[in-house]
Amino acid sequence: MNAHAPSPPAPPIGLLVELTHRCPLGCPYCSNPLALERPGAELDGETWKRVFSEAAALGALHVHLSGGEPTARRDIAELTRHASRCGLYTNLITSGIGVNEKLMGELVEAGLDHAQLSFQGADKETNDRLGHYAGSWERKRAFAAMVTGAGLPLTLNAVIHRANLHQVGAFIDLAVELGARRLEVAHTQYYGWALANRAALMPPRKEVDESIAVVEEARTRLKGELVIDMVIPDYYARYPKPCAGGWGRIAINVSPSGKVLPCHAAETISGLEFWNVRDHPLSDIWRDNPAFRAFRGTEWMLEPCRTCDRREIDWGGCRCQALALTGDARNADPACHKSPHHARIAALAAAEAQAEEGAEAIRWRSLKTAAALAPDAESAPDVAAQA
Amino acid sequence: MTTPVGLDARSRPRLPRGVKLKHDDVRARWTLLAPERIFEVDATAAAVLELCDGERDLATIVAELAERYNAPPAVIEKDVLAMLADLKMKRVLET
Repeated sequence: MNAHAPSPPAPPIGLLVELTHRCPLGCPYCSNPLALERPGAELDGETWKRVFSEAAALGALHVHLSGGEPTARRDIAELTRHASRCGLYTNLITSGIGVNEKLMGELVEAGLDHAQLSFQGADKETNDRLGHYAGSWERKRAFAAMVTGAGLPLTLNAVIHRANLHQVGAFIDLAVELGARRLEVAHTQYYGWALANRAALMPPRKEVDESIAVVEEARTRLKGELVIDMVIPDYYARYPKPCAGGWGRIAINVSPSGKVLPCHAAETISGLEFWNVRDHPLSDIWRDNPAFRAFRGTEWMLEPCRTCDRREIDWGGCRCQALALTGDARNADPACHKSPHHARIAALAAAEAQAEEGAEAIRWRSLKTAAALAPDAESAPDVAAQA
Repeated sequence: MTTPVGLDARSRPRLPRGVKLKHDDVRARWTLLAPERIFEVDATAAAVLELCDGERDLATIVAELAERYNAPPAVIEKDVLAMLADLKMKRVLET
């Protein structure tokens, strides 16, 4: 017996499952990794159900059924039913494409608690162009009507960047019109696809400030009617956002093939080994996987984080962003004003935001583009399957 | 007594679909689960929310709690109204 064994970590609160990377949309800021996983590598339904049972027993309260487009899985209603029976609060994060009345009825009957619907623009032209899918506007509106018609709470999610920043007010009006209880105005986070498209997406500082003022005014005006959550852009922030609420502290992500990650972008950090739910129970992974232990707590921190009085508020910010922008995942997230790299990235953002519309080609998210951008990582699952 | 969000003795508060009162066995505490939010609630608040079934009006809820906790109804009413008004503002309670 080891008297010095570390106490087990507090249990996770939220489980985010990327059930599939298949998606009809082509959003250029997708939070999936550039190396999209192939449909053939996806976990089967029974394994997902075991993951939900293990997560609930471990202490997770929310399960976020995400993707890709989670309803591309034929067993989505069955998975929702199992998660609900485990006592998990079920949240469907969807494009709204591909859900007809029959499937919606099955989801409601299965115990779905909440739906979060994305909009890429606040009008048809902008929405269909930025989601790279003609006709999605009408389908999303129809989905919203089905959700509210069933009495389920609806959240609208709008990812904000240079091409739709001027529509923040219109997104708020859209949320009210569609009967949403909640709206997320989420400024793009620049990892994965968004990092590859950063020069085409980065908004100017002045317009960001104006959009924040629009949200503040609406929050007061719509108090008690619409809750608005806002994620402000990192590059113009003073303090970083705590990565997933702190690495390995409250959140757990599972990829379509069963890899368990502390955050959806964690695979960009080379040298970390991610265990798979096919091989280990979730509780063992949460407690012992070296990737979860690597940046859990504060022991790993360098200066200025190590002695910062906000180290258990910000948790050093985002490890993936620290690596991408400073070359070392242990550094302070340069979104923090205390980082020696902060002035450089603010200047970089300002310079990129000056670019003319269309000056930088957008890389639309797709398996084909993924293969071109991350050829090595893309081939890996197939190699593994053959081995 | 009326609150700014329109709660009074005749209101029949209820948790809307998508908001759930749950005992978190792992952490041994009550929670209110809502979209992207988890509210920790103490045992007293949980007792109030268990009565918010859309059938009982606020006057009935206050009377039941006053009897259960052997406390003056006016005190109970003040606490219950403040708590429910806060939850209604956050869109996790309907009347």
